[in-house]
Amino acid sequence: MRSDRTLTIVTRTLAVISAAIVVLVVGFLLRESTPALRQIGVSRFFTDASWHPRSGEFNLTPMIVATLVTSLGAIVVAAPMGIASAVFVNFYASRRLAAWHRTLIELLAGIPSVVFGLWGLVVLAPIVATFGGSGQNLFTATIVLGLMVLPTVALLSDAAIAALPREWIQGAAALGIGRSAIVGWIVLPGARRGIGSGIVLALTRALGETMAVLMLAGNIVEMPSSLLSPGRTLNANIALELGYASVGHRSVLFVSGLMLMLVVSAIIFLVSRQRGTRRDR
Amino acid sequence: MRSYLLAFSLLLLCLMFAGCTSASSTKHIPDELSGQLTLTGSSTIAPLATEIAMRFEQQHPNVRIDVQTGGSGKGIADVRQRVTDIGMASRPLASDEADLTAHQIAADGVGLIVHASNPVKELTPDQIIAIYTDKINNWKDVGGEDKEITVVHKAEGRATLEVFLGHFVIDNPSVKGDVIVGENEHAVKTVAGIKGAIGYVSIGTAEADIESGVLIRLLPLDGVAANTANVASGTFPMSRPLNLVTADSGSKLAGKFIQFCQSADVHDLVKSQYFVPITSESEIAK
Repeated sequence: MRSDRTLTIVTRTLAVISAAIVVLVVGFLLRESTPALRQIGVSRFFTDASWHPRSGEFNLTPMIVATLVTSLGAIVVAAPMGIASAVFVNFYASRRLAAWHRTLIELLAGIPSVVFGLWGLVVLAPIVATFGGSGQNLFTATIVLGLMVLPTVALLSDAAIAALPREWIQGAAALGIGRSAIVGWIVLPGARRGIGSGIVLALTRALGETMAVLMLAGNIVEMPSSLLSPGRTLNANIALELGYASVGHRSVLFVSGLMLMLVVSAIIFLVSRQRGTRRDR
Repeated sequence: MRSYLLAFSLLLLCLMFAGCTSASSTKHIPDELSGQLTLTGSSTIAPLATEIAMRFEQQHPNVRIDVQTGGSGKGIADVRQRVTDIGMASRPLASDEADLTAHQIAADGVGLIVHASNPVKELTPDQIIAIYTDKINNWKDVGGEDKEITVVHKAEGRATLEVFLGHFVIDNPSVKGDVIVGENEHAVKTVAGIKGAIGYVSIGTAEADIESGVLIRLLPLDGVAANTANVASGTFPMSRPLNLVTADSGSKLAGKFIQFCQSADVHDLVKSQYFVPITSESEIAK
């Protein structure tokens, strides 16, 4: 009884703290960006001719597009590989090979983003440059970002598949259903929710990644015309310019942070709403 | 990101000093320096000044030095109004600022770099402006191979960008870059990876990289070779002094600190920030 009360207090306090951190960060972003929003107005961040904060041009739209393109592109790269790797370790690999594969994927998750960025800059970008241009563009950034979030998809899908009731798979096998059909008709639909959370987590991680993207995306603020055009993400924008920004410039950079927060919240809101309706059925 | 880290450590330092204003000076040892110094001004010099201040504080435990940024203009205005002990200005003093004294602690030179395989030996200022404003797009138009020019530019607000734009009198929105980078090292890696690239970086960084075998080459400017020796002597045109500015009646502590900043004891710190140390006392700008 007493330990129950203690646990209630502890969990409540910790839960409140973790929720409060989000509110505090958003509040901070709002406070820091208020001077710019008040002085410049919200609409100019979408309608100005370009992004030249020192010359009074503040268009953020190309950066919002670049952020979405690289993050969603990363998921397109990471999701098939991650799910395939999870299926492989659970159904196709020998026990020893599966253990090795899992360790390697976990190691991939531990590589720092600067190392990924450096590798992309020195190895991948010159290869992409053979298609024309500098090799530092949204495509290069997307590929590396995809590799970076791959472990998130792979490990969470792996856990979701491993958590499926044994009886489903054994029952299906007893009915004489082949391995590929079991994976396609029973395992993947059954583990749908777990794989889905893996993908959402990977997407938010991709949206938040700064360093590797900054080193690879070319950072030109222009509406991208193809995957091979350079682009700058909202986070790269902050990291590139904050170090030298004066007071007014700084406030504008916080607006780009606020914008990123809005993009992330919109995506999370959409995903959770869709999940909510699915649960109702 | 180095600059990011520096900004953060600067912030931490400021917070730290905010908490310990009147803690020291109780144990006063004769002949030992004590007291508090405030530096404000150029954000280019601030990271270097912070590093030097830390070393100075280690040697003189009773001294507290507070470094704040706000631009060269603020540094000079603050010294005039006596709100700060030392101002930091990353430019020479103007003629109407003769009431103040500038003490140069280092020089910052910016050089143009190309890939090591690029046969072009030198570019005229007009050619450089044309390349950066997208009027020339191929190396063959400036005497090189038939290869597209990849223009590597810096993010808005960077110190090297300011020097570059100021020297060639280009308006930043008119620059059409192909790649925008942040750090000097990022620019060097980018140019080394693209055969047709041109960029500009701190000469100190470029020299260190060329020595370690990175495939880039520094282009001379107005016939002057881009190297740290020419920056230190002041003959290289695209450079600027990094000055500490005081009013004529500076305190004894301020004088000691400036001497320390100009001494060989801090050359490693100056170099680690990719600036060029001033080689001897005689070259101190007045």
